[in-house]
Amino acid sequence: MNKIKVVHYINQFFAQIGGEEMAHVPPEWRDGPVGPGLALGAAFGEEAQIIGTVICGDSYFNENVEQALDTILEMVRQHQPDLLIAGPAFNAGRYGVACGTVAKAAQDKLGVKAVTGMYVENPGADMFAQDVYIISTRNSAAGMRDAVSRMVPLAKKLVKGETIGASAQEGYLPRGVRVNLFEKERGSKRAVDMLVKKLKDQPFETEYPMPNFDRVAPQPAVQNINQAKVALVTSGGIVPFGNPDRIESSNASRYGRYDIDGLMDLEEGKWATAHGGYDPSYANQDADRVLPVDVMRELEMEGKIGSLFHFTYSTVGNGTAVKSSKAFAEDFVKELIQENVQAVILTST
Amino acid sequence: MVKEIERAGIPVVHICTVTPISLTVGANRIVPAVAIPHPLGNPKLSRGEEKTLRRKIVQTALKALSTEVSDQTIFEVD
Amino acid sequence: MKLELGYIPIHNIQFGDPSRVEDGVLYVNAEDIKTLIMKDERVASAEVELARPGESVRITPVKDVVEPRVKVDGPGGLFPGTVSRVKTVGSGKTHVLKGAAVVTTGRIVGFQEGIIDMSGPGAQYTPFSKTNNIVLILRPRDELEPHEHEVAVRMAGLKTAAYLGELARNLTPETIETFETLPLKEGMEQYKDLPRVGYVQMLQSQGLLHDTYVYGVDAKQILPTILYPTEVMDGAIISGNCVSACDKNPTYVHQNNPIVHDLFARHGKDFNFCAMIITNENVYLADKARSSDWTAKLCEFLSLDGVIVSEEGFGNPDTDLMMNARKITDKGIKIVLLTDEYAGQDGSSQSLADAHVSADAVVSGGNANQVITLPRMGKVIGSEAYVGTIAGGWDKNKQPDGTIMVELQAITGATSEVGFGYLSAR
Repeated sequence: MNKIKVVHYINQFFAQIGGEEMAHVPPEWRDGPVGPGLALGAAFGEEAQIIGTVICGDSYFNENVEQALDTILEMVRQHQPDLLIAGPAFNAGRYGVACGTVAKAAQDKLGVKAVTGMYVENPGADMFAQDVYIISTRNSAAGMRDAVSRMVPLAKKLVKGETIGASAQEGYLPRGVRVNLFEKERGSKRAVDMLVKKLKDQPFETEYPMPNFDRVAPQPAVQNINQAKVALVTSGGIVPFGNPDRIESSNASRYGRYDIDGLMDLEEGKWATAHGGYDPSYANQDADRVLPVDVMRELEMEGKIGSLFHFTYSTVGNGTAVKSSKAFAEDFVKELIQENVQAVILTST
Repeated sequence: MVKEIERAGIPVVHICTVTPISLTVGANRIVPAVAIPHPLGNPKLSRGEEKTLRRKIVQTALKALSTEVSDQTIFEVD
Repeated sequence: MKLELGYIPIHNIQFGDPSRVEDGVLYVNAEDIKTLIMKDERVASAEVELARPGESVRITPVKDVVEPRVKVDGPGGLFPGTVSRVKTVGSGKTHVLKGAAVVTTGRIVGFQEGIIDMSGPGAQYTPFSKTNNIVLILRPRDELEPHEHEVAVRMAGLKTAAYLGELARNLTPETIETFETLPLKEGMEQYKDLPRVGYVQMLQSQGLLHDTYVYGVDAKQILPTILYPTEVMDGAIISGNCVSACDKNPTYVHQNNPIVHDLFARHGKDFNFCAMIITNENVYLADKARSSDWTAKLCEFLSLDGVIVSEEGFGNPDTDLMMNARKITDKGIKIVLLTDEYAGQDGSSQSLADAHVSADAVVSGGNANQVITLPRMGKVIGSEAYVGTIAGGWDKNKQPDGTIMVELQAITGATSEVGFGYLSAR
C-alpha cells in the first residue's frame, strides 16, 4: 500500500519562528515535517509520510482569515495529501481557531480527511467540535506526546475509512453525535461506581451531559380568531384506517398529510392511530380524542373560528428523533404559510 | 414541531398531557390535556360529556392563541 | 430480611422424559409443559422449542423472558400474587436454574415485542443469547382480544418457569450467595459510619396493553412504596408491559435486577444499601407529580444520602425521571440516573424528551435508534412476519436475501435501563 500523504498545519511558535512578536507572518510552505511534525511522523512510522508543513502566524490568520485560508488551501491542494493534521493547539485560542478553520476547510472544500487537537476550553473547540475530529488534549504543549498518540490512530482510521468509535474510546471531543460502544463494566456497576464517587465528592463523568434546549420567541397573538384560518397538527399518529403512508409506530421517518375537508368527525373504523407509545384503543374508538376535528368543525360553523384548514398533518411522536420532527414541520409549514393559515393547534399524546 | 411552526411565523398552541416536556422543548402557549392515550377525551364520560370536555380544551387553546405572551405560558382549562 | 440464592448451573438443555436436571443438563418434557399451559382455556395451542447459545436461531416476536426458580425455604412462593398466593417473599432460600430461561413468543400482541438472535451480530446486544432458552410458541384462541391474549401469554411463561424451577427443589446448589437487608434501626446502628444508599426503580405503567405487576397489583395503581431488595429475587415484580423490547425489563431482569446485585456487592463496605423504592410512570400529569413527590418523600424519610434511579421505557417517562431527579436532589440527596437514548439513527438528535440540570450523573444504556443488520438465521422460532411492525422496525425492512434491518430498539434487552448490559453511548 502507498504511504498516506500528510500535510501538517502549525503556527509560527511551533515552527520556532518566534512568539507573539512573529505572529504576523503569512502562510509559508516547507517540505517535510517541522517541529511537532517530527513526533507525528515518528508515530505514523512506515504507514505515512509528512510531505510538507504549512506555517502561518496566528495573528495573520485571524486578521486575514479569507486571504490566509485561500493561500493555505491552495498550498494543500497542490500537494494532494490524503490527510491534513492541524496542531495540536492545546489552549492557544487563536491557534485553535486557525486549526479548526483549516481542518474544516480542507475536508469540506478539498475532500481531505482532517484531524486536529486542542484543549476542551479552547474557543476553537466550541466552534469546530461538531465539524471536525478534535482530539482532546491537555492545556499546554507538555501534553504533546499524549495528543500525538491519539491523533495518529484516529487519523489512520479516517483515511482508511474504518469505523470511528465513540468519543470516549477514540479521545476526541464529543461532536454532538451519540455513538454506541460496549463498556467493560455493565451499566448497573457503572452507576454504583458513579454514585460512590459522587458520595465522596470525587470527580465523576456523566455519560450523557444534559443538553441546552433552544428557544423561539412567541409569535404575537391572533387578533381575530373568529376570522382566522386554523390548522390542526398532531404527533399522536392519527391516520386514515390502514395507515396508507405506513408511518412507523416508533421513530417515524415521515408524516402524513390528510384531507379533512367537509369531515364532521373522525369515525371509528375510518381513522386510527399508528402511534406505538400508548394504548391505542381509545384513539381507535374515537380519533377526535387526539385530533379534535369534530369540535373544530362545530366552532367553525358557529363562527368561533374563521375556518378549519382542510389538511391536517400527522406523525408519530414516539421515540421519533427531534431532528426528524423538526424536518417534518419545516416542510409542511411552507404549505401552511402559502395557504395563509393564521394559527395552529398541535396536539400531542 | 411546535418550535418550527412558531419559528416560521405562525402562532401555535400545544395541547399536551405532559406539560413539563412541552416546557422543556420550548412551546410558548401550552394547554394541558387529559391523559396520554386520550389527550382530548375521557372514555369514562358519556359521549356528550366527553365532547363538552373536548370543546372546553379547544376553546382554551383558541383563547391561548388570542392572548399575547412574552414567555412560556400554561393556560389551564377552566 | 435475609435470602440465600443457591445456583444450579445449566450448561445445556434437551428434550427428555421426565423433566429433570442431570449433570448441568436441563431435560424438558414438552408434553408436560403443553398440558400445563393448555389448562388455560384462552390458549388454543402451545409448542415448545429449544434455543441454545451459538445456534443459528432467531426467536421473534419475544414477549417475556423468565428465569426458572423455586422457593425451598421461607415464606411464600415464586411470583407471589400471580403464580403463588400473596405472601411477602425475599427471605429464606431460593434455588435458581442459572443459565436457563423461558422465552414466550407467538402471534404479536402489541408493537413492542422483540428479537433474540442466538448467534451473529445481533447476539451481542441481547443478554438472552447467552442463556439456554425454552421457548413457548403460544397461539391464543382467535376471538381473544389483545388484553386477554397478553395475560394468557404472560401466565404461560411464569407457570412454565415455576414448573421448571420446581426441578431444582431437591438439588444441591453449586454456589450460594447471601443477601441481607436489616430493618431501618438495626441497619443504622450496624453501619452508622457509612452513607445511606437507596435504589429507586421506576416501573413502566403507561397502560400499553398491560403494565408491570407488583405482588399481582398493577403498578399504575400503586403509590411509591418500599421493598426489601431481596423481594424481587423471588419474583415480587413481573413484567406484563409492552414498551420497546430494548428497554423494557423482562421478568428475568427483575429477578436478577443488576442494580440490586451491584449495590449489595458494596453494601457494608462503601455504603449501607438500605432499601428499594418502587414508583411508576403513569399517563396523567397529576400521577407523575404525586408519584415523584412520594418518591422524594420516601428517600428523605429513609434519611438517604445517595440514590440510583432507573427508568423503564422512554418518551414521557423521561419526564418522570427528571421530576424524580429534581425532587430527590432538592432533598439534598445525591443521585445517579440510569436511562437509554433515542438520539436518531445518525445519533445527532436530542437523546431524551426532557432534561434538568439536577441530572448531572447519568449512565446510558446506549442509543436505541442505532440500526443493525441481522443476517438470515437457519431457523426462526415464532415468526419473522412482524419484524416490520414491531417498534424499531419499518415497512419492507426485510431484504430479498433474508437479512433484516432494525433499530436496536427491536432487540430484547439491548439498551437495558437497569444496566443489565454493557452498551453505552457517548
